[in-house]
Amino acid sequence: MSFDAVMIVAAALFGIGVYGALSQQTFVMIMMGLEVMIAGALLAAVAMWSMAAGGTPKGQLLGIVALTVMAVEAALGFALIVGIYRIRKADMTEKLRRLKG
Amino acid sequence: MIRDALFYVFAVGAVLAGWRVFRADSMVRAAYWLLAAFVGVGLILVLLGAEYLGLITILMMAGEMTIMAIFMVMFMMNPAGLNPMTMVHQHRAAVVAGVGSFLGLATVGVLADFPRRAADATHTTAELGTELLGDSMLVFETAGVALLATMIGAVAIASRRGRFGDAQDGSAPPGIEEPGEERGPGEGAGEAPEHEEMEHMHHGGGAS
Repeated sequence: MSFDAVMIVAAALFGIGVYGALSQQTFVMIMMGLEVMIAGALLAAVAMWSMAAGGTPKGQLLGIVALTVMAVEAALGFALIVGIYRIRKADMTEKLRRLKG
Repeated sequence: MIRDALFYVFAVGAVLAGWRVFRADSMVRAAYWLLAAFVGVGLILVLLGAEYLGLITILMMAGEMTIMAIFMVMFMMNPAGLNPMTMVHQHRAAVVAGVGSFLGLATVGVLADFPRRAADATHTTAELGTELLGDSMLVFETAGVALLATMIGAVAIASRRGRFGDAQDGSAPPGIEEPGEERGPGEGAGEAPEHEEMEHMHHGGGAS
Protein backbone atom coordinates (compact mmCIF):
# COMPACT_ATOMS: atom_id res chain seq x y z
CA MET A 1 0.00 0.00 0.00
CA SER A 2 1.93 2.94 -1.29
CA PHE A 3 1.12 6.60 -0.90
CA ASP A 4 0.85 7.01 -4.66
CA ALA A 5 -1.71 4.21 -4.93
CA VAL A 6 -3.92 5.77 -2.25
CA MET A 7 -3.71 9.15 -3.94
CA ILE A 8 -4.71 7.62 -7.27
CA VAL A 9 -7.71 5.93 -5.65
CA ALA A 10 -8.71 9.22 -4.02
CA ALA A 11 -8.36 11.05 -7.33
CA ALA A 12 -10.44 8.38 -9.05
CA LEU A 13 -13.23 8.75 -6.51
CA PHE A 14 -13.14 12.52 -6.86
CA GLY A 15 -13.28 12.25 -10.66
CA ILE A 16 -16.25 9.89 -10.48
CA GLY A 17 -17.96 12.35 -8.16
CA VAL A 18 -17.34 15.25 -10.52
CA TYR A 19 -18.80 13.24 -13.37
CA GLY A 20 -21.85 12.29 -11.32
CA ALA A 21 -22.55 15.74 -9.95
CA LEU A 22 -22.33 17.27 -13.41
CA SER A 23 -24.16 14.65 -15.42
CA GLN A 24 -27.06 13.49 -13.26
CA GLN A 25 -30.46 15.08 -13.50
CA THR A 26 -32.20 14.10 -10.30
CA PHE A 27 -31.32 16.05 -7.19
CA VAL A 28 -30.57 13.01 -5.06
CA MET A 29 -28.14 11.65 -7.63
CA ILE A 30 -26.36 15.01 -7.72
CA MET A 31 -26.01 14.76 -3.95
CA MET A 32 -24.52 11.30 -4.40
CA GLY A 33 -21.93 12.81 -6.72
CA LEU A 34 -21.04 15.39 -4.08
CA GLU A 35 -20.69 12.68 -1.46
CA VAL A 36 -18.35 10.65 -3.65
CA MET A 37 -16.23 13.78 -4.12
CA ILE A 38 -16.04 14.35 -0.36
CA ALA A 39 -15.14 10.68 0.12
CA GLY A 40 -12.19 11.15 -2.23
CA ALA A 41 -11.08 14.24 -0.35
CA LEU A 42 -11.40 12.42 2.97
CA LEU A 43 -9.32 9.52 1.69
CA ALA A 44 -6.61 11.86 0.42
CA ALA A 45 -6.54 13.77 3.72
CA VAL A 46 -6.19 10.62 5.80
CA ALA A 47 -3.51 9.28 3.45
CA MET A 48 -1.58 12.51 3.94
CA TRP A 49 -2.02 12.23 7.68
CA SER A 50 -0.92 8.63 7.78
CA MET A 51 1.90 8.52 5.25
CA ALA A 52 3.17 12.05 4.74
CA ALA A 53 2.58 14.03 7.90
CA GLY A 54 3.75 11.44 10.37
CA GLY A 55 0.42 10.85 12.08
CA THR A 56 0.14 13.89 14.30
CA PRO A 57 -3.15 13.83 16.21
CA LYS A 58 -4.22 17.16 14.75
CA GLY A 59 -4.20 15.70 11.25
CA GLN A 60 -7.25 13.56 11.87
CA LEU A 61 -9.27 16.66 12.66
CA LEU A 62 -9.32 17.42 8.94
CA GLY A 63 -11.09 14.10 8.52
CA ILE A 64 -13.59 15.06 11.23
CA VAL A 65 -14.24 18.32 9.38
CA ALA A 66 -14.74 16.44 6.09
CA LEU A 67 -17.26 14.14 7.77
CA THR A 68 -19.06 17.17 9.21
CA VAL A 69 -19.26 18.72 5.76
CA MET A 70 -20.69 15.47 4.46
CA ALA A 71 -23.40 15.42 7.13
CA VAL A 72 -24.27 19.09 6.61
CA GLU A 73 -24.49 18.62 2.87
CA ALA A 74 -26.74 15.60 3.22
CA ALA A 75 -29.11 17.20 5.73
CA LEU A 76 -29.50 20.47 3.88
CA GLY A 77 -29.72 18.69 0.54
CA PHE A 78 -32.59 16.53 1.71
CA ALA A 79 -34.34 19.55 3.21
CA LEU A 80 -34.01 21.46 -0.06
CA ILE A 81 -35.30 18.48 -2.03
CA VAL A 82 -38.35 18.25 0.19
CA GLY A 83 -38.96 21.99 -0.03
CA ILE A 84 -38.61 22.24 -3.78
CA TYR A 85 -40.76 19.19 -4.34
CA ARG A 86 -43.47 20.54 -2.10
CA ILE A 87 -43.60 23.86 -3.94
CA ARG A 88 -42.76 22.95 -7.52
CA LYS A 89 -43.37 19.19 -7.74
CA ALA A 90 -39.91 18.99 -9.25
CA ASP A 91 -37.47 16.19 -8.73
CA MET A 92 -35.14 16.92 -11.61
CA THR A 93 -33.02 19.89 -12.53
CA GLU A 94 -34.70 20.16 -15.93
CA LYS A 95 -38.02 20.94 -14.29
CA LEU A 96 -36.70 24.06 -12.62
CA ARG A 97 -36.56 27.13 -14.80
CA ARG A 98 -36.35 29.78 -12.14
CA LEU A 99 -35.40 29.92 -8.53
CA LYS A 100 -38.06 32.32 -7.31
CA GLY A 101 -40.37 30.55 -4.90
CA MET B 1 1.70 -8.27 2.38
CA ILE B 2 -1.84 -9.06 3.37
CA ARG B 3 -2.38 -5.36 4.05
CA ASP B 4 -1.40 -4.60 0.47
CA ALA B 5 -3.74 -7.25 -0.88
CA LEU B 6 -6.59 -5.98 1.27
CA PHE B 7 -5.90 -2.42 0.20
CA TYR B 8 -6.12 -3.30 -3.48
CA VAL B 9 -9.32 -5.27 -2.95
CA PHE B 10 -10.93 -2.36 -1.08
CA ALA B 11 -9.61 0.24 -3.52
CA VAL B 12 -10.84 -1.55 -6.63
CA GLY B 13 -14.13 -2.27 -4.89
CA ALA B 14 -14.63 1.33 -3.83
CA VAL B 15 -13.88 2.75 -7.28
CA LEU B 16 -16.01 0.17 -9.07
CA ALA B 17 -18.90 0.70 -6.68
CA GLY B 18 -18.57 4.46 -7.07
CA TRP B 19 -18.73 4.04 -10.82
CA ARG B 20 -21.75 1.75 -10.59
CA VAL B 21 -23.62 4.41 -8.61
CA PHE B 22 -24.10 6.42 -11.77
CA ARG B 23 -24.70 3.42 -14.00
CA ALA B 24 -27.37 1.58 -12.00
CA ASP B 25 -30.86 1.45 -13.45
CA SER B 26 -32.48 1.50 -10.05
CA MET B 27 -31.90 4.48 -7.85
CA VAL B 28 -32.25 2.39 -4.72
CA ARG B 29 -29.48 0.21 -6.05
CA ALA B 30 -27.47 3.35 -6.70
CA ALA B 31 -27.81 4.29 -3.03
CA TYR B 32 -26.52 0.91 -1.95
CA TRP B 33 -23.68 1.00 -4.45
CA LEU B 34 -22.71 4.30 -2.88
CA LEU B 35 -22.82 2.65 0.53
CA ALA B 36 -20.51 -0.07 -0.83
CA ALA B 37 -18.11 2.60 -2.08
CA PHE B 38 -18.13 4.24 1.34
CA VAL B 39 -17.51 0.93 3.07
CA GLY B 40 -14.48 0.47 0.82
CA VAL B 41 -13.21 3.95 1.67
CA GLY B 42 -13.81 3.38 5.38
CA LEU B 43 -11.89 0.11 5.34
CA ILE B 44 -8.98 1.80 3.56
CA LEU B 45 -9.03 4.43 6.31
CA VAL B 46 -8.82 1.65 8.88
CA LEU B 47 -5.86 0.18 7.01
CA LEU B 48 -4.22 3.59 7.03
CA GLY B 49 -4.43 3.68 10.81
CA ALA B 50 -7.42 5.99 11.24
CA GLU B 51 -9.71 3.40 12.77
CA TYR B 52 -12.07 5.89 14.33
CA LEU B 53 -12.60 7.88 11.15
CA GLY B 54 -13.01 4.76 9.04
CA LEU B 55 -15.59 3.15 11.27
CA ILE B 56 -17.52 6.37 11.82
CA THR B 57 -17.62 6.87 8.04
CA ILE B 58 -19.19 3.45 7.59
CA LEU B 59 -21.62 4.02 10.46
CA MET B 60 -22.71 7.44 9.22
CA MET B 61 -23.06 6.37 5.62
CA ALA B 62 -25.07 3.28 6.49
CA GLY B 63 -27.70 5.50 8.06
CA GLU B 64 -27.52 8.13 5.38
CA MET B 65 -27.80 5.71 2.49
CA THR B 66 -30.86 4.13 4.08
CA ILE B 67 -32.47 7.57 4.20
CA MET B 68 -31.35 8.19 0.63
CA ALA B 69 -32.96 4.95 -0.54
CA ILE B 70 -36.21 5.99 1.16
CA PHE B 71 -36.01 9.36 -0.58
CA MET B 72 -35.48 7.62 -3.89
CA VAL B 73 -38.59 5.52 -3.42
CA MET B 74 -40.61 8.54 -2.33
CA PHE B 75 -39.64 10.99 -5.02
CA MET B 76 -38.31 9.28 -8.09
CA MET B 77 -39.96 7.49 -10.92
CA ASN B 78 -38.89 3.95 -11.64
CA PRO B 79 -37.41 3.25 -8.22
CA ALA B 80 -37.34 -0.48 -8.75
CA GLY B 81 -35.25 -0.21 -11.89
CA LEU B 82 -37.52 -2.40 -13.97
CA ASN B 83 -36.78 -0.41 -17.08
CA PRO B 84 -33.26 0.49 -18.10
CA MET B 85 -32.85 4.22 -18.09
CA THR B 86 -30.28 6.93 -18.26
CA MET B 87 -31.08 10.29 -16.83
CA VAL B 88 -28.07 12.40 -17.69
CA HIS B 89 -27.47 15.71 -19.30
CA GLN B 90 -24.35 17.28 -20.78
CA HIS B 91 -22.89 13.83 -20.71
CA ARG B 92 -19.78 14.42 -22.77
CA ALA B 93 -18.76 17.54 -20.85
CA ALA B 94 -19.28 15.69 -17.57
CA VAL B 95 -17.10 12.79 -18.71
CA VAL B 96 -14.39 15.21 -19.80
CA ALA B 97 -14.56 17.07 -16.48
CA GLY B 98 -14.45 13.86 -14.46
CA VAL B 99 -11.56 12.32 -16.37
CA GLY B 100 -9.75 15.66 -16.39
CA SER B 101 -10.05 16.14 -12.66
CA PHE B 102 -8.96 12.54 -12.08
CA LEU B 103 -5.87 12.98 -14.24
CA GLY B 104 -5.00 16.34 -12.74
CA LEU B 105 -5.39 15.24 -9.12
CA ALA B 106 -3.63 11.92 -9.71
CA THR B 107 -0.73 13.75 -11.35
CA VAL B 108 -0.44 16.10 -8.41
CA GLY B 109 -0.75 13.26 -5.91
CA VAL B 110 1.92 11.14 -7.58
CA LEU B 111 4.39 13.73 -8.81
CA ALA B 112 4.30 16.35 -6.07
CA ASP B 113 7.12 16.20 -3.59
CA PHE B 114 5.33 15.35 -0.37
CA PRO B 115 7.27 14.51 2.75
CA ARG B 116 7.24 10.83 3.57
CA ARG B 117 6.88 10.33 7.29
CA ALA B 118 4.92 7.25 8.20
CA ALA B 119 2.62 7.34 11.20
CA ASP B 120 3.19 5.23 14.26
CA ALA B 121 -0.24 3.69 14.08
CA THR B 122 -0.60 2.26 17.54
CA HIS B 123 -2.58 4.68 19.69
CA THR B 124 -4.18 6.86 17.06
CA THR B 125 -7.71 6.66 18.41
CA ALA B 126 -6.64 7.53 21.95
CA GLU B 127 -4.55 10.40 20.61
CA LEU B 128 -7.49 11.65 18.57
CA GLY B 129 -9.75 11.55 21.60
CA THR B 130 -7.26 13.49 23.71
CA GLU B 131 -6.83 16.00 20.91
CA LEU B 132 -10.57 16.44 20.37
CA LEU B 133 -11.24 17.21 24.01
CA GLY B 134 -7.97 19.02 24.56
CA ASP B 135 -6.17 21.48 22.35
CA SER B 136 -8.52 21.16 19.40
CA MET B 137 -11.75 21.35 21.28
CA LEU B 138 -12.67 24.52 19.39
CA VAL B 139 -12.71 22.59 16.09
CA PHE B 140 -14.79 19.87 17.66
CA GLU B 141 -17.27 22.30 19.18
CA THR B 142 -17.49 24.29 15.95
CA ALA B 143 -18.38 21.12 14.09
CA GLY B 144 -21.02 20.37 16.72
CA VAL B 145 -22.56 23.82 16.55
CA ALA B 146 -22.49 23.71 12.74
CA LEU B 147 -24.39 20.42 12.86
CA LEU B 148 -26.93 21.89 15.28
CA ALA B 149 -27.43 24.90 13.02
CA THR B 150 -27.83 22.53 10.09
CA MET B 151 -30.52 20.60 11.89
CA ILE B 152 -32.45 23.77 12.70
CA GLY B 153 -32.02 25.06 9.14
CA ALA B 154 -33.11 21.77 7.61
CA VAL B 155 -36.25 21.70 9.74
CA ALA B 156 -36.98 25.33 8.84
CA ILE B 157 -36.53 24.69 5.11
CA ALA B 158 -38.49 21.47 5.01
CA SER B 159 -41.31 22.40 7.35
CA ARG B 160 -44.73 22.74 5.85
CA ARG B 161 -45.44 25.95 7.66
CA GLY B 162 -43.33 28.87 6.54
CA ARG B 163 -42.68 32.12 8.30
CA PHE B 164 -45.45 33.93 6.39
CA GLY B 165 -48.09 31.27 6.79
CA ASP B 166 -48.56 27.99 5.05
CA ALA B 167 -45.55 27.42 2.83
CA GLN B 168 -47.64 25.80 0.12
CA ASP B 169 -50.04 28.69 -0.28
CA GLY B 170 -49.68 30.71 -3.41
CA SER B 171 -46.96 28.62 -4.93
CA ALA B 172 -47.49 27.87 -8.57
CA PRO B 173 -46.07 25.26 -10.91
CA PRO B 174 -43.11 26.47 -12.94
CA GLY B 175 -43.98 28.54 -15.95
CA ILE B 176 -47.34 29.69 -14.71
CA GLU B 177 -47.52 33.31 -13.69
CA GLU B 178 -49.50 33.91 -10.60
CA PRO B 179 -52.54 36.15 -11.12
CA GLY B 180 -52.17 38.24 -7.99
CA GLU B 181 -48.58 39.41 -7.98
CA GLU B 182 -48.74 41.99 -5.28
CA ARG B 183 -45.23 43.30 -5.19
CA GLY B 184 -42.84 44.82 -7.60
CA PRO B 185 -39.48 43.22 -8.20
CA GLY B 186 -37.61 45.92 -6.33
CA GLU B 187 -39.07 45.30 -2.93
CA GLY B 188 -37.41 42.90 -0.62
CA ALA B 189 -39.42 40.29 1.18
CA GLY B 190 -38.05 41.34 4.51
CA GLU B 191 -39.74 44.73 4.37
CA ALA B 192 -43.20 43.42 5.09
CA PRO B 193 -44.60 44.97 8.25
CA GLU B 194 -45.48 42.61 10.99
CA HIS B 195 -49.24 42.94 10.80
CA GLU B 196 -49.34 42.12 7.10
CA GLU B 197 -47.61 38.86 7.35
CA MET B 198 -50.61 36.68 6.77
CA GLU B 199 -51.35 38.42 3.49
CA HIS B 200 -47.98 37.79 1.94
CA MET B 201 -47.96 34.14 2.38
CA HIS B 202 -45.78 32.98 -0.41
CA HIS B 203 -43.18 35.70 -0.50
CA GLY B 204 -39.92 35.25 1.21
CA GLY B 205 -40.73 32.17 3.20
CA GLY B 206 -37.77 31.06 5.20
CA ALA B 207 -35.35 33.04 3.07
CA SER B 208 -35.82 36.39 4.74
